[in-house]
Amino acid sequence: MTFQSIKTMAAALAVLSGFAFAQPALGEVKLGSTLAVTGPASFLGDPEAKTLKMLVDQVNAAGGINGESVTLIQYDDAANPNNARTFATRLVEDDEVIAVIGGSTTGATMAMIPIFEDAEIPFISLAGAVVIIDPVKEWVFKTPHTDRMACAKIFEDMQKQGIGKIGMISGTGGFGKSMRGQCLDIVGDYGIEVVADETYGAKDADMTPQLTKIKNSEGVQAVLNPGFGQGPALVTRNYAQLGMSQPLYQSHGVASQSFIDLAGEAAEGVRMAAPSLLVADSLAADDTQRDVVVAYKQAYESETGQPVSTFGGYAYDAFMMLKAAIETAGSDDPAAIRDALEAMQGHVGVTGEFNFSPDDHLGLDLSAFRMVEVKDGAFVLID
Amino acid sequence: MAELLQFLLSGVTVGAIYALVALGFTLIYNASEVVNFAQGEFVMIGGMTTAFLSAAGLPIWLAALLAILAAVLIGIALNKLAVEPARGAPVLALIIITIGASIFLSGTAEIVFDKQFHRFEAFSGDAPIEIGGATIVPQSLWVLGGAMAVFAGLYLFFTRTLMGRAVLATANNRLAAKLVGINTGFVMTFSFALSAAIGALAGVLVTPITFTSYDVGVGLALKGFAGAMLGGMGSPPGALVGGLAIGLVEALTAGYISSDYKDAAAFIVILGVLFFLPQGLFGAKQVERV
Repeated sequence: MTFQSIKTMAAALAVLSGFAFAQPALGEVKLGSTLAVTGPASFLGDPEAKTLKMLVDQVNAAGGINGESVTLIQYDDAANPNNARTFATRLVEDDEVIAVIGGSTTGATMAMIPIFEDAEIPFISLAGAVVIIDPVKEWVFKTPHTDRMACAKIFEDMQKQGIGKIGMISGTGGFGKSMRGQCLDIVGDYGIEVVADETYGAKDADMTPQLTKIKNSEGVQAVLNPGFGQGPALVTRNYAQLGMSQPLYQSHGVASQSFIDLAGEAAEGVRMAAPSLLVADSLAADDTQRDVVVAYKQAYESETGQPVSTFGGYAYDAFMMLKAAIETAGSDDPAAIRDALEAMQGHVGVTGEFNFSPDDHLGLDLSAFRMVEVKDGAFVLID
Repeated sequence: MAELLQFLLSGVTVGAIYALVALGFTLIYNASEVVNFAQGEFVMIGGMTTAFLSAAGLPIWLAALLAILAAVLIGIALNKLAVEPARGAPVLALIIITIGASIFLSGTAEIVFDKQFHRFEAFSGDAPIEIGGATIVPQSLWVLGGAMAVFAGLYLFFTRTLMGRAVLATANNRLAAKLVGINTGFVMTFSFALSAAIGALAGVLVTPITFTSYDVGVGLALKGFAGAMLGGMGSPPGALVGGLAIGLVEALTAGYISSDYKDAAAFIVILGVLFFLPQGLFGAKQVERV
């Protein structure tokens, strides 16, 4: 074989393979995502990334969206807003995605919003804070419920029990601080008075002094503990140690089996506003969310071998919403997708039922939370 | 009255934890003047290993024993692989090495174990003991007892044993210690091993109260370090008193002033004491020869 013929063959091969690669690119839905897969918020980003990967595989196996295969370009911002901003720019300019899911944390999300607003690309955040969608930004949506809603749900339940005076003990971390502020903001609307307001640090080992103060405050009928991590489990144990008998309310920040494992016997009787996923198996048969929640839980657990978490559910909702919006829009045009998202009504997700409007880019109401109580080492629905 | 008693009991509970961690600093400091910032990681390793082994079905005492053994091996490795090769480097450089080791160890624990919080059952149950209207959990007494036992052991070790004196001599003047026949390399390895054992024991005792996860080390080391500084770095009674004092100040501030200022109050006390007594409450006065 001459050198010339090798060259010709190589050229022919290159042309052929070029065709082969170019073919699927003709019908491709290109989505982007940047999540905190590693770093301090990896407990959020890790299940979110796994969920997205699982969904992309599922959707492609079932024929894609509008007959086009889905490509997900995934970055890991490690919860660092600087990284998130860089990746957001890259998603817009180099990867040319048509929509973005991500920002596991509020910091990363806020850093990215200006970029997607400028580029006019729909962006669904998976972070908690209310500032993301209040005031409403044209291209920004979010799936997790807010801490303000958790407060409202808990206060509703207190009202039902005829509780008028409460004590609060809050973590000083980002989650506890934010929720404490939101709760204090709306507590008056429910005719409830906060008579003791204590805090504790994220690494504290004993909260009995704070609880003793609450215990000795006049007329405390219930105690609310906004917090995250191991703190609420310690509060619960100290609560039992001091023999306090008023109802103890925990936040959705600790709505997982590991809270019961850590707090042990002391967790009995603790109430919290929890997402539906936590009580997937005990939802009523005619519950609108039941099928979605149970299906996601089973799929995730068999795919990853790990217990399902609320955070993965946020990513599930974001992806399914986007899929529905692209199908409704019938095109890859970001503006059409945005309009379809904003007009979305009655979309049943893992987190709740979403009803978007031009004034509401969260779209959830209080029914997204369920009041649960710990009984015999498990969460039981009480409403 | 019951209120004050509850604050005091809480202070003792937390203070005993700080004291136990603070005691771990004394040995390595006495042998080398290095403040070992990886000390908290030994506590974490003790707690995490025990939690995982006991979850795997081992009886708690065996799990604890293996955890302490694991920490000792890691302590020896830390000395052999990181500190000894840098011999002759200034103390500050060695301290920075221990900070690096701390980050490395917690990162490794994140991979070997997981990112969740863990605990195991308290040794004598969870039923609180009532004293004059206030309560304390039995595990706190275990922690307090452990701190006392380690304190007594260290005190006797430094004052009554040849090995203890060899450790002090090595710190004082490595060359002179060598000249009189002390194997200074062995003294360093020994002090890392024993410090790791004390740290891991602390981890075993406190985990039923505080829980453990791969990242608890730094927080514990900082509080223990504060306790050791207050009492006097390198002094076993200082570590015990310093740790308990910080726990009590925190609890009383949280109880009578505001829980927001709890940490600030503890550090103001430390600053105040160190301003007048730079060596801490029990620290030996350092005389610089010129």
